[in-house]
Amino acid sequence: MYVAVKGGERAIENAHRLLANARRGDQSVAEVSLDQISEQLGLAVDRVMSEGSLYDRELAALAIKQARGDLIEAIFLVRAFRATLPRFGTSEPVNTGAMRVQRRVSATFKDIPGGQILGPTFDYTHRLLDPSLGQGFVPEAPATAEASTAPTPRVTDILGRDGLIESSPQAEDGASVGDLTREPLNFPADRDLRLQNLARGDEGFLLAMGYSTQRGYGRNHPFVGEIRFGEVEVEFFAEDVGFAVPLGSIELTECQMVNQFKGSATEAPCFTRGYGLAFGQSERKTMSMALVDRALRARELGEEALAPAQDEEFVMSHSDNVQATGFVEHLKLPHYVDFQSELGLLRKLRKEFADANAPDAMKEAAE
Amino acid sequence: MAVLAHAEAGEIAARLRNLAVPAHQDLREPESGLVMLRGRVGGDGAPFNLGEATVSRAAIRLASGEVGFGYTLGRDGEKARLIALCDALVQSKDFGATVERDIIAPLREQLMVRRKQVAEETAATKVDFYTMVRGEG
Repeated sequence: MYVAVKGGERAIENAHRLLANARRGDQSVAEVSLDQISEQLGLAVDRVMSEGSLYDRELAALAIKQARGDLIEAIFLVRAFRATLPRFGTSEPVNTGAMRVQRRVSATFKDIPGGQILGPTFDYTHRLLDPSLGQGFVPEAPATAEASTAPTPRVTDILGRDGLIESSPQAEDGASVGDLTREPLNFPADRDLRLQNLARGDEGFLLAMGYSTQRGYGRNHPFVGEIRFGEVEVEFFAEDVGFAVPLGSIELTECQMVNQFKGSATEAPCFTRGYGLAFGQSERKTMSMALVDRALRARELGEEALAPAQDEEFVMSHSDNVQATGFVEHLKLPHYVDFQSELGLLRKLRKEFADANAPDAMKEAAE
Repeated sequence: MAVLAHAEAGEIAARLRNLAVPAHQDLREPESGLVMLRGRVGGDGAPFNLGEATVSRAAIRLASGEVGFGYTLGRDGEKARLIALCDALVQSKDFGATVERDIIAPLREQLMVRRKQVAEETAATKVDFYTMVRGEG
């Protein structure tokens, strides 16, 4: 028999009212604005856009505010919002080679055309807490230098010219691009689906998976060929217009990982690659993504796949923090009936155990 | 039209105010939706779906018949409508030159100034390598 239990409406309503107050905090302290979140907590906004899989700074800032800074909750809110909008179509693939770079470094070549450009980075800071930031800090204006007009080709394109690195796989004619927001995931999954999954995957999960390959669980000897961050133009083929229209620009981070070589009887040895791409300035995310992308190519490259990071079903099924948090956090919702049946079973087992272990004398006495 | 997509709605509207905008009607009311953004494997390989972006669009027809389309990232439907209006106006022989001169050119100039500023700040963070001479000379 199924017994519906009602109640708790008032408690829920009041709990949400209390939440709204807890979110606002002490009302004698100024309220944080969406602009402030977007401008001053920019990397949190970038993460929510990446893992929420929706490029919209203002929405991501709103989600962060609504979620009280809980980024996974914010990502959940953004994912739920995107489900309410119609999709107009797909963009032309962005050209990261034409990026207006604001940061671009290579750990493999010192002298790259266009140079090593540090941009706004935490690298080389001392990680000492700065008390002046707590007291109305006004930064010195940025230094300027004459802007270079030299192109900044992708480092992998330079290596590719000598055949030292494998070239990127090209699409077969008429091949469709997999979209895991439209079709359920099936295994084995192709690289397009894997990259989509990783691009919206949890940064912490990918970081741990990438780290595990460095520690020997699916080692693939990575070097950062290049990390670049900057603006790329987005174009969209609009059917009503009849040609690709410009939509504006977005900020992206790209990581090209260069990994240990492979070769065969018919192919000269060359470096292999892993790729990472994410919204905003998301370096840790794209580096981790590139490590995991490369690890997941084990099957294709004829490597023994024994480590977790090389297991695409394991990685792709557990990378999504909205799915993960949904399943983990549902455990705190009422399971009274489930638990009652478990409790009933346990009592029965304990009684059987007690009966079986009772001393014979007791049994006789009982009879 | 790329210039308009990079501008703020308020900037376009302010410049349009100085123009005697001719009669026009909405062909498509402003609406917001999503576009799936694509990247390429390795930057230059087969395409894959990276994630979506919010996009707004609108279409306008001038009384004289020219049709303009407006598309832009974000949820500002009014901005899409203003872009559509400019797109229609640049095609009209009465307004084309004026719109280019008084709206698009100054906004392009403004965009270039912003980009130059970022490029110069970026350039100052470029590494100049030099070699340390080891040992005694």
